Amino acid sequence: LQLYSSSLDGSIKLWDFMDGIPIKTFAVGSKLLALYAIASSEDSVFVIIPKSGERDTFQLVSVKLTKAAGQDLEAKELSVVLDGVDASPKRIAFGREGEYVASVKEVNLQVYFFKRKQLNRFSVSAMKTKSGNNHFTCIACHPTEDCIATGHADGKIRLWRNFCHKKEYTFSTLHWHHDAVMDLAFSVEGTSLLSGGVESVLVLWHNESDCRKDFLPRLGSAIEYISMSSDGTLCCTLHTDNRITIINSNLRFCKSIQGLIKSTDVKTGLVVDPRTKALVLNGEPGHLQFYCLQSDQQLFSLDIVQRQYIHQAGLNQADLVKVAFSAQGKWLATVEEREEVTDPELQLKLWFYDEETQSFKLNTRINTPHDDHITDMCFRDMDELEDDSLILVTTGRDCVFKVWVMVEDTDPEAQQSVSWSCDFVGSYHNYQATNCCFSEDGSLLAVSFEETVTVWDSVTWDLKCTFCHPPGKIRNICFGRLTCSKYLIGTTDYGFLCCWNLLSCALEWSAHLNVLVLQPDPLSEHIAAVSWLSKESSLFVFKPNEPRPIYIQRNLCKEKIQLAAFVPRDEPEMIGSEKYLWLRRSQLFFLTDTQELMTLSTKSLEERLTPSSKQLAVEESLPVTPFSLLLGKHRRQQSQEDTDLGKLFVRKKHEQDSPAVRELLHTPAHVLPSASFLCPIFINSLLISKENKSAEEVADEAEMESEKTDDDSDEDGDVSEMEQEDTSPTELLQEMTCKLSKSQEKELRKIRKMDYSWISAF
Amino acid sequence: MGEFEVHRVRFFGLVPAGVRCLACQPRGGRLALARTDGTVEIYNFAANYFQEKVIPGHEARSVEALCWAAGGRLFGAGLGGDITEYDLARLCAARALDGCGGPIWSMAANGGGTQLAIGCEDGSVRLFQVVPGGIQFERNLDRRKGRILCLSWHPSGTHIAAGSIDIIRVINVSSGQTVQRIMVNYHVQKVKRECIVWSIAFLSSGTVVTSDSFGRVQFWDWDRGTLLESHTVSTSAVLSLAVSENEDSIVVGTSTGATYQFQLLPVKMGSLEKRWVRTKPFQHHTHDVRAVAHSSTALISGGLDAQLVIRPLMEKMQKKGYDAVLRKFTFPHRRLVSCARKARLLLFQFSQHLELWRLGSTDETGKDGEVLPLCRMPEHLVQLKSKGPEHIYCSCVSPCGSWVAYSTASRFHLYRVQYEGDGVSIEKVPKVPKLLLPAYQLQFSSDSGSLFVASHQGSVHVLQLLEPGGCKHLRTFRPPSGSSEAVYLLASSADGHWLATVGGDWVIHVYDLKCFKHHCTVPTYSCAVTALAIHPVTNNLVIAYSDQQLFEFSIPEKQYTAWSRTVQNCGLHKAWLERDSPITHIAFNPKNPSHILLHDIYMFCVLDKSLPLPDNNTLLMNQSTLKQLPETARQRQLHAFKICKKFQPLLFADLLDENCLVMVERPIMDIKTQLPLPIQQKKFGT
Repeated sequence: LQLYSSSLDGSIKLWDFMDGIPIKTFAVGSKLLALYAIASSEDSVFVIIPKSGERDTFQLVSVKLTKAAGQDLEAKELSVVLDGVDASPKRIAFGREGEYVASVKEVNLQVYFFKRKQLNRFSVSAMKTKSGNNHFTCIACHPTEDCIATGHADGKIRLWRNFCHKKEYTFSTLHWHHDAVMDLAFSVEGTSLLSGGVESVLVLWHNESDCRKDFLPRLGSAIEYISMSSDGTLCCTLHTDNRITIINSNLRFCKSIQGLIKSTDVKTGLVVDPRTKALVLNGEPGHLQFYCLQSDQQLFSLDIVQRQYIHQAGLNQADLVKVAFSAQGKWLATVEEREEVTDPELQLKLWFYDEETQSFKLNTRINTPHDDHITDMCFRDMDELEDDSLILVTTGRDCVFKVWVMVEDTDPEAQQSVSWSCDFVGSYHNYQATNCCFSEDGSLLAVSFEETVTVWDSVTWDLKCTFCHPPGKIRNICFGRLTCSKYLIGTTDYGFLCCWNLLSCALEWSAHLNVLVLQPDPLSEHIAAVSWLSKESSLFVFKPNEPRPIYIQRNLCKEKIQLAAFVPRDEPEMIGSEKYLWLRRSQLFFLTDTQELMTLSTKSLEERLTPSSKQLAVEESLPVTPFSLLLGKHRRQQSQEDTDLGKLFVRKKHEQDSPAVRELLHTPAHVLPSASFLCPIFINSLLISKENKSAEEVADEAEMESEKTDDDSDEDGDVSEMEQEDTSPTELLQEMTCKLSKSQEKELRKIRKMDYSWISAF
Repeated sequence: MGEFEVHRVRFFGLVPAGVRCLACQPRGGRLALARTDGTVEIYNFAANYFQEKVIPGHEARSVEALCWAAGGRLFGAGLGGDITEYDLARLCAARALDGCGGPIWSMAANGGGTQLAIGCEDGSVRLFQVVPGGIQFERNLDRRKGRILCLSWHPSGTHIAAGSIDIIRVINVSSGQTVQRIMVNYHVQKVKRECIVWSIAFLSSGTVVTSDSFGRVQFWDWDRGTLLESHTVSTSAVLSLAVSENEDSIVVGTSTGATYQFQLLPVKMGSLEKRWVRTKPFQHHTHDVRAVAHSSTALISGGLDAQLVIRPLMEKMQKKGYDAVLRKFTFPHRRLVSCARKARLLLFQFSQHLELWRLGSTDETGKDGEVLPLCRMPEHLVQLKSKGPEHIYCSCVSPCGSWVAYSTASRFHLYRVQYEGDGVSIEKVPKVPKLLLPAYQLQFSSDSGSLFVASHQGSVHVLQLLEPGGCKHLRTFRPPSGSSEAVYLLASSADGHWLATVGGDWVIHVYDLKCFKHHCTVPTYSCAVTALAIHPVTNNLVIAYSDQQLFEFSIPEKQYTAWSRTVQNCGLHKAWLERDSPITHIAFNPKNPSHILLHDIYMFCVLDKSLPLPDNNTLLMNQSTLKQLPETARQRQLHAFKICKKFQPLLFADLLDENCLVMVERPIMDIKTQLPLPIQQKKFGT
């Protein structure tokens, strides 16, 4: 037994699979999309490579593996076997004893006989029937006879025989699947055929007969691959939800290998169960999975929707969209919805953790808690007085947020003592409520309504103050923690990260950053922000009281990061390096849009190799830089790429020729200062600026939103330059809204001086 | 306003009888078909599966089995207990012999066609010798309890396999003893139902193939009595089975209307080991497929839904053409409707009665495609029941509507119909001349003065009709060269001068009615004539052949017309030649002499001789595209074939007067409602 692997970088590796170390590496040179090895030809393997010079055409080539000694070898002896094959490895199969190879693509089947060097082509009619098209989806060859089984997109399986004749070929049809056949496998003797598809049912066809078949249903999710063991006792199926099921030859479920279940869409976000420290997210359809990060296992799966899931494409079925835990993990709130065009079917469920059964028990079910989709949900996190003060807030697109409280159940027949009911409904100018968040002590509730963040007193439900950073709707909000609890952080659609001071009700600082994910660490004052810029994700960790990030990881990954979560460590880790101090108490996990779970590790790869999570070794060489440097770098990269950047910037300035006027119109009236104050700014904005700045300077400044106050007299040159650039909308807003106390002013000035000193150094 | 006012007639309640059995002529080009009402039909493979001959049924003569023996002789046997030989030239039952074993369920001829074996109700298998001029009882083979439902000879003729209920037997012909008994449901545990072996085939390798009511097709080794292979093809019964001549393909028909093909294929490339593999399923029928046949190039199946389906095997086809199309025949390829143009009457022929209807009328006009309200509803005037057990061969109504004639196997009837206001009186014409019967086709002259009766040996009788209700035999025409085949098509000219006849040998004779002599013979063509008519103005004879060719023959000049020669030189459009059903009627528009009106089951065509013929690059069915074009472009795109597919299936179309057409349709759905319910099948998604 030998284990070969191929990779996209064009190398074939021979592995020692007992010890897990590579023995030999053969360099082929082009992208290898699939690898086939057949028993009859020991010294060569078959690979699919893209055809040079043509896009989206692939060919099957055989690669001669030289027997020469040495670790790294060149394998340049390529000979093309089949042209115009499909890139998917499921669509090529080798026949009995390697006599022939069969490949399917779209509606064509081609069979190449090695000995006779004959290529036969067959095709099915391309006519689209009402049950879908009959394109080929997969292929399998009988191990002992001249018989090819092909799966089709309309759910049919065709068994081809006599295909060595160009004309007198024949096929029979088996049909059970209602949707595309995803994969096929013959048993070792060839007496039975296994097929699987979206229905998540494994079908065993006996003797190629349409009438005799057995089923293994309820495999959880769509079957992607089927494979038989060489002795024929076991078969395994790979499912779309990232799970391998091992099945006995008599079609009995044997074992399942699963880690993190991949669901179609993680709508719930990454939530940490405070009780088990498990990561909680969508699992199987309608289920909530509790995933243990340490052991890479699913702790359990909680059925939330409690309805039969029908495995069929194109059905609107209820799914879990939001989940929230109370601070101690005693209560769990879930929201499920069924997507309907006119009105969504919504359910809010509250679950109580039953110590006896060690599982969550349904306490209250609220039908249609909101008239439209629920956008966010949070519990008031107060550890010490959990039961009395427990409040749940939901925000909905029906322009209200609702506060739910526990009440004593007066119904004598009820089996439980408490249930949940609505206590307060708040709204703001008929804007859609998008996010909600409680402050650490639970006294304040922040709810974002499109462009505005409103802060509410959680006792009296009075509107305390509002913040906004137009233009751009609020994407995320969160409160600072511990020493920074006076700050409220928000991100907007237009790529701003803002920090408001709750005491002064003023903008503390802001930065131009397209933040996708904003995640506060529950155990420290650190906040992680993940940005998406020029097709890569970057991580910034900062404290709200400082406008400088304490940690930056650029180019975290190429995929879009959708979600992030801080998972508390069991014990604080000893960290030598100062810049990883923020990782001391909890670990940060990310989920990308391809549903890969990643984490940041302070140590190198060899030291900590947890089985499932891809660990990113932090690049030690990257210097710690403030936002501005980093962003400047970003921009400079862009300007290098795009030589016309300067022109672009100039044009941009002309386009927004009167930002002051725009500002006047865009800012809500209640946050505008008096007209006499606005007038000179308005007039000024109409004057043409004399300054002619270089493109790079402009770039530098555009992204650098410093925390300046309007009455600074003792500024150095840099600052005066910045002052002239008062067309920036954020600054204008600051001018209007910021009224800082003197002490704060001084503090800020110090910070700024520090900042600028760094800039001049740069 | 449209070009024609169309009477869309849907009150012809014809329900064709289901197909009971099929028999392919060994090494021959003919297929014999028997229907549940006893009708036997002969289809000719060479003439594009044209329905060449029809032998109408008989109430007392059901047909359970047909077989060809001794070359081209056709035998039938049925529950009446008789073995009947059919006279294919005179289209009638020639002679019958009692099988002496009660109802006969099955019959099979040996490989040489010299012996017939019948399986009877009493469990006996009897052998008959085929001798010139009939059959002769030879001997009884071993008799056991249980009716013999199916029989098959071993190709060498030494053994016969017989299928009964729960059991199959192999009988040695020379000793007459049962040499093997096989219980077919032996290893099916706890089955209360009996297993009926519906069909059996004995292969030369010694394999016996059975199909049974459990939906299985099984392959047995007769010598050891062991099961070789078993294929469950259906949840309901497999009723019929046929093996190809070189025994590498089997077709089976099930009671759900599906047919399946089995093929003997090598397990591995180049190896000798072969296995039967179920390959192609076809679902063309809605009801029981009672009969299947396997010709060398096609799978043929016939069902209780009256359809005959011919599915060519693509791998046996050399090229794509009219041979390679799937054919479905539900209706006979002959005329069942006759039309009295002047009186606006329609005569419908059923198997044992006739119906005379008066067409409705309207006094409104409308735009193209509009449905006009009727001011007088169509009226069922008369129903004429044929006496006796025999079915009607042919019928006709005179153009004036006052004469109706029909013929059965032994009798010829002529009626005089009189209309007094709304009332109708019908009166049998006494003293009809004694003719040699049956008549195969009847045709009145256009002035309703005489009746032409097509008869056997190529002869045509001319009867003169006398007022107020009488007739006399005027003349009999015979082809000068003589012929053994019966005449099946007649056409007379409008001026009463010419009469054209076609017999089973496909030779067209033209007779001069003025001089009462044979005028000429149209040059023979190698295909069956499906329709012919004489043009009222030019006296050109227009002939449609079963290979979809069209000829125009000038009778006065005794040669093909110039237009006909152009058509032959240019060739007809590919799409026209690939149509799968024959032209069954030709009519003319006297106002527009260049127009020829043709129709088959699926289309109605106005052939305009004044327009250019389409070439293969243009669209043949271009009427709908023409409608969207502006006038000038339309003129450029026009070609000779103007095809309308609105009326389907079209049994009859004729021109009543210059701008009035009658179209007789029989929607398939109406027939389906008359049939018993098909077997309920679970359909996914319903």
